[in-house]
This record gives sequence, C-alpha cells and structure tokens, in this order.
Amino acid sequence: MPGLKDATAIAGIGQTAFAKQLPESEKTLACRAITAALDDAGIAASEVDAFASYTMEETDEVEIAKAIGAGDVTFFSRVGYGGGGSCATLAHLAAAIATGQAGVGVAWRSRKRGSGPRPWRNTAVQLPTPAQWTRPFGLLRPADEIGMLARRYMHEYGATRDHLFNVALACRNRANQNPAAMMYERPLTRDMYMTSRWISEPLCLFDNCLETDGALACVLVSAARARDCRRRPVYLHSVAQGLPAQHHGMVNYWNDDPLAGPAWTAARQLWKTADFGPEDVDVAQIYDAFTPLIPLSLEGYGFCGRGEGAAFTEGGALEIGGRLPLNTSGGGLSEAYVHGFNLITEGVRQLRGTSTAQVPSAATCLVTAGEGVPTSAVLLRS
Amino acid sequence: MALLDPVPDDDGAPFWEYAARGELRVQYCAACDEPRFPPRPCCPHCQSFDSGWRRMSGRGRIWSFVVPHPPLLPGYAEFAPYNAVVVELAEAPRIRLVGNVVAAADAPLDSVDPARLRIGAAVKAAFTEARDGGLRLPRWLLERA
Repeated sequence: MPGLKDATAIAGIGQTAFAKQLPESEKTLACRAITAALDDAGIAASEVDAFASYTMEETDEVEIAKAIGAGDVTFFSRVGYGGGGSCATLAHLAAAIATGQAGVGVAWRSRKRGSGPRPWRNTAVQLPTPAQWTRPFGLLRPADEIGMLARRYMHEYGATRDHLFNVALACRNRANQNPAAMMYERPLTRDMYMTSRWISEPLCLFDNCLETDGALACVLVSAARARDCRRRPVYLHSVAQGLPAQHHGMVNYWNDDPLAGPAWTAARQLWKTADFGPEDVDVAQIYDAFTPLIPLSLEGYGFCGRGEGAAFTEGGALEIGGRLPLNTSGGGLSEAYVHGFNLITEGVRQLRGTSTAQVPSAATCLVTAGEGVPTSAVLLRS
Repeated sequence: MALLDPVPDDDGAPFWEYAARGELRVQYCAACDEPRFPPRPCCPHCQSFDSGWRRMSGRGRIWSFVVPHPPLLPGYAEFAPYNAVVVELAEAPRIRLVGNVVAAADAPLDSVDPARLRIGAAVKAAFTEARDGGLRLPRWLLERA
C-alpha cells in the first residue's frame, strides 16, 4: 500500500510579526501569512486548491480563498481540539495530495489571543471538556486542568520545579536568539522563575505560554513538485493523530493511567511508519502551552522511559548541543503562542538550515501538537 | 459574583438529582457491574445500555490538587488562592471527582489552608445546603481536621 511517507513536502512558510497586540484583523493577518508562504514557495495563489485549519480559528477557507485569489478548491478540512490539531492540518493535506484530491495545500493559523478574550472567561458555552464536573469547583482554566496532572506527575516521579524551569529556560534561551520572538530581549533566570507569581500551584507564570497576536502558514505540495520550488523541500516523513482509549480532553483524570496521554497514541502510529526512531531525531519542536507537557511528551514520544521525562531535562539536554535541542525558535513559552503552528515553521527552518538557533546539519525533526487533548504529530526530514 | 452552577447533560443529570438528596452516587453497568465516570449512555467494557446508580460511602483520598491564583472569574477570584482537588473514591479508585476541600460543607472555598493538603490525604464528602432549585454540591472534608 503506498503510504504518505515522504510523498509530500513543505515548500513554503510564512508568518506575520508576533506581538501582544497587532492592529490588523485575524483575516488580514491570515492573508498576509498565507501570501508570504506562497511567495516563499514560488507558487501562485491561483494554484491553491486545498485548505486545512484547526478549531479555535476564527477565519475560514471561504473568506481566505476569496481574499487571496485561490482557484477552485477541492479539499478543505478542519481538525478539532484547538492546539491538538496543528500537525494534523499537514496530515490531512498530505493525504489529500497523495491521493490526488488536490495539488497545492495551505494550512494556516491566525489568532489574536494577545489582545482578544481568554477562552475560559466565556461561561455561556460548554467547553469541549465535561464542564459540569470541573468548572463549578473552580477548575476554570487550562492552567488549572494541566496543573492537576502536573502535581500528580511530580508526586509519582519525583519531578521538581527545577525540571519545569529547565524547560522554560531552554525555550527562553532560544527566543533570546530569535529577533521575531516576543521574548527576544528578555532573558530568564532561575531566581526570576522561582520568585514569580503563581498561576495555579504548582505552575507559576513562567510555566505558562505567552498570549500572542499573529498568523502563520505552510504550503504543502507533492514531493516531486516541491523539488521544483524555490526552497529546499522539507518532507513529511510520517504523520499521526492520537485519541487514546478512554481519554478525556484536558481533564484526563478518569481512566486507569491519566499520565499516559495522547502523545503515546500518536507516537505509536508515528514511529510505526517511520524509517528512523527517537534516537535519530536531531531537533524537536514539542507543544509547550505549559512546561509539564514537555516531560510528558518526551516520555510519550519515546525519548526516555516512563517517569524519566523530568530527569531527561537535566544537564542542558534541551539546549543547543544537548541530547535533544527543543523549541529552537522559543516555542509557545517564549516565541509566540499561536496554538503550536510556530513549531511547524521552525521545524522547517531547522531542516532548511535557516534557524536563528540552528542545530548543525539537522536532518530530522519531530513536531508535536497539543498534549493533553486529542493530538497530532509529524516527523520532518530534509 | 456567584460561583458557576453545574450545567448537567442527560447522562449527568442523575448524579445531581442524587446530590440534591445528599447522596453521592456513581453510575454502574447493570450487566458487568463496572463503574464509569463521567456518566455516559453505554458501558465501554460490555456495551450494555442498562445502568444504575450506586451509593458511595463518600470516603476517598486526594489524588492531586491545584491552588488557583488570579486572573480568575470574579466569583472565584474573591476566594483565591483556594484549592481544587481530584478525589479518588474508596470503593472505586478509578472514579475521581473534582471538588474542593473545605472546613465545613458550606464554608467558603478558601476555608482550608492549602498547606494542609497532601496527595493521599483521606477525605469524606459533605453536601452544601440546598440553594434555589435544590442544587447541592459535594464538598470534601479532611478526615483529620
């Protein structure tokens, strides 16, 4: 059976500035990011015939296609679960292109979360979590929901706040190398981390991602087409989505093993169709809405054993030159929180050799979407 | 500002009806006797659509907890920092309920010093006094007060 392995490639990436507040609308920002990505690829907007996005996105393919001047569109898809869907946009486009449903796919994210409302403040809607069991008791925000798992994780495996700091620091150090990052000129120290205000104990301010306005986009085409484009192709080597048995999004407290989340499910599928394993990954872009998602994901994607994710962060393992350089543009914690789409574009830059924190001769990159919700992941290779 | 009331769905409604009588009950499969939470239409173990609601002793242990600080919704911000806990039930440890440890059933959310909370601490359920509409919420009291 012909699979998706290396059948498609990212030919173009584009983004706007990232800031706490951008004056333009989400639609305008989306169009800027998409046209920049098409220009990067050297592909005309009229050739775009596929779109993929993920929920908590306020712009849609009808408005975007019309604005940028796309041609007739024959594939469009929207993946659920917010940040869990970032990488799945590429998986859906790859499947469409590899099966002949479309030729030029655009995935995008446009978001004004920096200047817009916080989703958890909306008390009128049932969130996708079973809110009747959680919100009346003051478990209101994603930080509270993940904080609950984080404390249990720390209790079971002896993880400490220093481990979480290792994650925050690695991301901040990379952001300090990236002029596009919101935290470019804002170094982080252990003292700042340990004395910062609490958000939801055991999580402090620096365990939480940024709040950002900005937009990004990717252009995906067949591998053959990508070789004729402007930039060096970055191949989609393996893709996966993951919704584990008996999983409950965010408030995953109600199954036998709450600390083995969607990463484990996505990882099994991802590695099954790959020619290489975790030990061969040169650089990783792992979804970091909250620092504890990193040790959980390191375990889930097989970089270490169960309960070893926190210890993995020791000794500079996540820094450039370490065992697994992490979130090399600064990630959601320190570059921009745009539901993980910046992790995809940074994965592409690493494999093009154009990152501001370049891992020497990086040839393979894992990119993951939100852990703690039904998720997705891709393996990129040059 | 009031705290948020639960908005029950069809599957969860019996839990809140029993709670209004001061009873902590969990949905069980009538065919294979497995408990399940949150409530749902059929049993994930045997696919039976027959279920009942079994009364629990109300005893349990703290599985984990957080201490939220602002920014929060106004009704909660006035009590912050307060605790939110996950309690695993003595009779069915895989059944875990989110709640609050308080000094007495109707005491405020911040009535217990968070420093007194430990994972594994024994707790017991107590129900708030009925409000308009009969709603009562389960709260949790430390066994060693």
